[in-house]
This record gives sequence, C-alpha cells and structure tokens, in this order.
Amino acid sequence: MRYLTARKRAEGKGASGTGTEHHWYMQASAVALAFLVPAFLYVVGSAIGSSHEEVLATFSRPFPAILTGLTLYAGVMHFNKGAQMMIEDYARGSMRKALIIFVIGLSYTTIATGVFALAKIAL
Amino acid sequence: MADVNRGERPLSPHLSIYRPQMTSMSSILTRITGNALIIAVIMVVWWLLAAATSAEYFELANGLLTSWFGRIVLLLSTLGIWYHFLAGLRHLYFDAGHGLDIETAEKLGWGCIAGSFVLTAITVLVV
Repeated sequence: MRYLTARKRAEGKGASGTGTEHHWYMQASAVALAFLVPAFLYVVGSAIGSSHEEVLATFSRPFPAILTGLTLYAGVMHFNKGAQMMIEDYARGSMRKALIIFVIGLSYTTIATGVFALAKIAL
Repeated sequence: MADVNRGERPLSPHLSIYRPQMTSMSSILTRITGNALIIAVIMVVWWLLAAATSAEYFELANGLLTSWFGRIVLLLSTLGIWYHFLAGLRHLYFDAGHGLDIETAEKLGWGCIAGSFVLTAITVLVV
C-alpha cells in the first residue's frame, strides 16, 4: 500500500504536470483571436477570388501580411491545444499519444507553410 | 484512497447516457466547429502557397476555392468560425464565473446559434 493521499497527488502542478498553463493559453489566445479573426476574415475573404496580381499586392502590404501571419499562428496553436484536449477526452494509451503527435506535426507544418508563403510574397 | 482506479478511469463525456440538452449541444458544437476549421485553414494556406509559387498554380487553387464546392466549404467555415467565436466569448464569460445558471446558459446557447447566422450573413454581404 502506498502512503500517498489524494491531496498529495493534486498538489503543485497536478496530474498534467503543467498546472493551469493549458487552460490559460486557451483563454489568452481566445482573447487575441477575438480581435484578429474579424479583421482576418475581412482581409483574406476579400482577397479570395481576386486576381493573382491583386493577391500579391495585398499580401505585400505590411498590415495584411502581419495580420495573416499572426492570425495563422495564434489560430493554429489554439487548434493544436484544443485538438489535444479533444483527443485526451476520447482516446487513451498509444492511440492518444500518436494522435496528439500527429496534431502537433500538422499544426507546425501548417504554420510553417503559411509563413513561408507570406514571406515569399511580401519580401 | 489515492490509488483507486488510476489510468483506467472512464473517458470524459459519457455521450451515450445523457439526454441532449441545449447546454451540452452548444458545448459539443464548439468543439466540432473548432476542430473542423483546420480544414479551412489548410485550404487558405494552400491557396497562399499557390499565390506565392506561380500564376498557373494560383489559378488552380483560386479556381478550387471559388468553385461551388469551395464556396460551400468557405461558407460553412464562416458559419463555423462565427459560432466558435461567440461560443468562445461565452466560455470566457463562464470562466469569469458569470451566466452559469441554467436559464442564462441556455439563452446564451441560443444567442450563439442565432448570432453566428447573423454574423455570417453580414460577412457574406461585406466581403
């Protein structure tokens, strides 16, 4: 028998090992996205469907380029951690780990691809 | 005791044993919309990459995004993002300790659904 009380296990940073970091990240990124998303929808929504020259001109300007990069990063990292939470709710064991690793890889690949495209257009 | 049932605890939402309610449905819809939005993000990133690559590649991506299929995906994504947007604000409100009584929570749920349609209509008109 182990002399470990329920309280002892919950003390400090708890079962996750990172305390409330995950929850706080979701709150902070949600506030950021609440400001970014409306502007992003306007800029990118307007650009979709316009000509190639217009799209290149739009994303060569600082505001659309920085806004798109920021929204992409904040949005996909918000997805990354949100998807992890969903996986932890419905899967366990090796499947849980594999799915979380897949989501992390997908997230960083998406961000890197978007940032590369933006840099290539803007610079 | 502390060692009871470690590791093999039941997985979180016991979807099959609860009667659907406004609060649970508006919550699961937040998760569904949030996770589904990655498809739209990947589409837009691919479109950006195509624009950065060449005029021909851009024509292909732009053609797909503005086809009837692309338009449906983007329209549903707009509805999804506005729902997730409003439900996220509701979540911040809940987290601050407000609106947690059942009547208010249900009203806020309907508000998110109605509001997402209104904001989608505005987006379609403006953009």
